[in-house]
Amino acid sequence: MSGEPGPTPSQTIGPFFHDALLDTDLTELVSPDHPEAIRIAGAVYDGAGEPVPDAMVEIWQADAAGRYGSEEFSGFGRSGTDEHGRFSFTTLKPGPAQGPDGTLQAPHANVTVFARGLLRRVITRVYFPGEEANAEDPLLASIEDRALRETLFARDEGDGSYRFEVRLQGEGQTAFFDV
Amino acid sequence: MAHQTAGEAAGHPPYLYPDYEGTRLRAPEGTLVILPRALSDVAGPAHGRGPVWEADADLTRQHEGEPLGERIIITGRVLDGGGRPVRGGLVEVWQANAAGRYTHQRDQHPAPLDPNFSGAGRCLTDDEGRYRFVTVKPGAYPWKNHDNAWRPAHVHFSVFGSSFRSRLITQMYFPGDPLFEHDPIFQSVRDPRARQRLISAFDLETTEPEWALGYRFDIVLEGSEATPFERPHA
Repeated sequence: MSGEPGPTPSQTIGPFFHDALLDTDLTELVSPDHPEAIRIAGAVYDGAGEPVPDAMVEIWQADAAGRYGSEEFSGFGRSGTDEHGRFSFTTLKPGPAQGPDGTLQAPHANVTVFARGLLRRVITRVYFPGEEANAEDPLLASIEDRALRETLFARDEGDGSYRFEVRLQGEGQTAFFDV
Repeated sequence: MAHQTAGEAAGHPPYLYPDYEGTRLRAPEGTLVILPRALSDVAGPAHGRGPVWEADADLTRQHEGEPLGERIIITGRVLDGGGRPVRGGLVEVWQANAAGRYTHQRDQHPAPLDPNFSGAGRCLTDDEGRYRFVTVKPGAYPWKNHDNAWRPAHVHFSVFGSSFRSRLITQMYFPGDPLFEHDPIFQSVRDPRARQRLISAFDLETTEPEWALGYRFDIVLEGSEATPFERPHA
């Protein structure tokens, strides 16, 4: 290999990934018949407020007990977006997960979005309204801008349905993380 | 000048690179929220999907006949930020055919489709972090980013590592491509040394006589940088 050591740089997913990455349905982390199944659905929008129809959204989350990558529940999901920018997952509500230094993180799912025009993925989290642990969550607490913090919360639409919008740019831009 | 993100400092492209037109309305603006390492460098999905078969790594044997084009082998290792091999990590690839055409329905480039080539493959890394694909060399193709815009030949890679931070999607290029200097996606990686890490190396050892040319492409992921990246040479 040429070049000095260091991480391999990211490049855009481009527009032609569907056959390779979305040939298997990975939107159902549990069966919709699961008694505790919830649905997280939403859409991805660009800086003009237009839907992004060629994005890929991945989630990575703990199970109801706050454990990542258990035998019964992989915690990983992947969804394309349709012509209206929409994606959806059928999953379980994650439990509070152990954070560093014994802190407790409020229930959340890690969200990654890839798209044509994104040279690198964007990373965010979806949190759930009304959780007691939200008040103690170290990451939420680190975001002083209240409106920015609010972008991390899904809207509870009842019946186990949550809505989560991803705004890549402009007014209401989602809180994205620098890792 | 916007604040440089940790990703840019590591050699990743910025979100906004106006020469690549697609970034203009999709790049996040302003400062990102710092996600402390302790929260991001946690075990991540190493394996995002169901069974992976050995045959999935040979893109020349997915149809009745053999695809047209220059048969090649692409192999390399997937390493984490500490230089350790990623074992059992999922590597997914997709690419245009030898004429520069994707099977994707939205690809309108008037170059021929190849009935014997779909251009998608996957495999799992072995205990040394090694992966290996057999395919044909993809062709360059035009796109509408600017006047007379052409993408250098490339293979898309999607890789999982040991940490949530490791997740990477990138593109592998071929050495000496004259289109490099004209391609804003390649040029979006601002550090020329980092750019070199996107280019595979021709490898005579990987090359199989009378059969296929070999290219090496090692992938270094972020995350788990607990040990020094490179041990000093004796």
